[in-house]
Amino acid sequence: MGPDQGRRNMLRAGAALGGAALAGRAALAAAEQMVTLPIANGARRFAAYPQKRPLIVMTERPVQLETPMAMFDSAFTPNDAFFVRWHISNVPMSVDGAAHRIKVHGLVNNPLSLSVADLRNNYEQVEIAAVCQCSGNSRGLFDPRVVGGEWTNGAMGNAMWKGVRLRDILNKAGVQKGALQVRLNGLDKGPMTTVPDFIKALDMDEALREEVIVAYSMNGQPLPVLNGFPVRLVVPGWYATYWVKMLEDVEVIGAVDNNFWMNPAYRIPANDCACAEPGKPIPKTVPINRMNVRSFITSLQDGAQVRAGQQVAIKGIAFDGGYGIRRVLFSADGGKSWGEARLGKDHGNYSFREWEAGFRAPRAGSYALQVMAVNGNGESQQVTTSRWNPAGYMRNVVETVRVQAV
Amino acid sequence: MKRILKNLSLALAALGLSACVTPSVAEKSAITLPPETAHFKSGPGAQVATTYCTICHTADYVYMQPPLNRAGWEATVTKMRKVFGAPAGDADAKVIVDYLLTQNGKQ
Repeated sequence: MGPDQGRRNMLRAGAALGGAALAGRAALAAAEQMVTLPIANGARRFAAYPQKRPLIVMTERPVQLETPMAMFDSAFTPNDAFFVRWHISNVPMSVDGAAHRIKVHGLVNNPLSLSVADLRNNYEQVEIAAVCQCSGNSRGLFDPRVVGGEWTNGAMGNAMWKGVRLRDILNKAGVQKGALQVRLNGLDKGPMTTVPDFIKALDMDEALREEVIVAYSMNGQPLPVLNGFPVRLVVPGWYATYWVKMLEDVEVIGAVDNNFWMNPAYRIPANDCACAEPGKPIPKTVPINRMNVRSFITSLQDGAQVRAGQQVAIKGIAFDGGYGIRRVLFSADGGKSWGEARLGKDHGNYSFREWEAGFRAPRAGSYALQVMAVNGNGESQQVTTSRWNPAGYMRNVVETVRVQAV
Repeated sequence: MKRILKNLSLALAALGLSACVTPSVAEKSAITLPPETAHFKSGPGAQVATTYCTICHTADYVYMQPPLNRAGWEATVTKMRKVFGAPAGDADAKVIVDYLLTQNGKQ
């Protein structure tokens, strides 16, 4: 099956989903919806998991759910539409938020055991809008393909997170001399003791960065269980791998953590483009870190039809790793000519930034719509070549949405 | 009146009852995942794959991958054994690789 067939299937599933949503969720649950993503082995089903609306099921255990692009129709991604990604399958599905404790220990003067109430009552409360994006978002679009979670572009979301600064917690605990990293662990465990526990580490300067928070609230609500209830780490600007869910352990260590999930997992080639050539050895790698700049058209999906001669408002989102979005450029001719899109409300440098551009197809035919963002540091997306690395990380090439004017 | 309210909230806070003021934040949250539907399709080796692979993950982890050749599936099965500790011996590992090639393989 070619990509065109995939597009048609996607469209059909999308239309069916829209209709079912109008008829109510019960109707949707009764009739299972399928989608075929435009990649080999891209057949997926939609399912409504607890606290979630119907999302694209990538895997069932550990559960991984992808958000369809059409759901990014505002700057903030609703909690029930937010993508889900777990690494190891023994995740508690019942968590007592009142009994939960976060242990802070290691190279500190005063080890702490913090409840969510402690966070709420004894620390300065901070809010930040930040994009949570999987390192391997869009991995399925790599060419040549690579092994891993075969996402298209929906392993991302933006939320208003509320919590307390990790820095304030660490300062209260009193970090000792010789501290190099902070190790972060959540309640999830492997189904066998041989499975490496999912643990991440941040260098001290990153852990102490002002924006890094321990969040108990997501868009004004408790976190869904599948997104890390009762508390998760939020590392604005950095890939989601560091946003440890169901956070229960914060350990200050005097060495560089080399557990499996820091090394060799989640590493990128240590070069300017985080890229490599298929089959060639990579001399040096570093832990993945800050996100690059991306943008997406969300109001029209690949294969959509528009009316020739009629003005259409094209809408979408853009984001980066914390410099903020400075410009978004829109093209209706596959990148030959570009025009400036209007930027929406600024929710801060770490948030999705909405944009809008006018499009009028002068005549019937096929149009390749593209969008390219530039961040506050002058960095823009890849245009002609698409980054390749063996783990399928950091895709940010300009994407194309093909529409038909009739 | 204002002062009374303020004092009341301070008293509540002192008693650690702030969770009562905003019950949505710290309460218990429990969900049940839907039944699993992704299973290995029947064929020679399916039972062995089910025995070892599904200790950690459902079969969709295999079917979503791009088709892999023998070296590709061997590398994956080796990773599952060496890194994650899949308790399959050499003979079973070969059965699994052969099976995966029939399910999602290429030359």
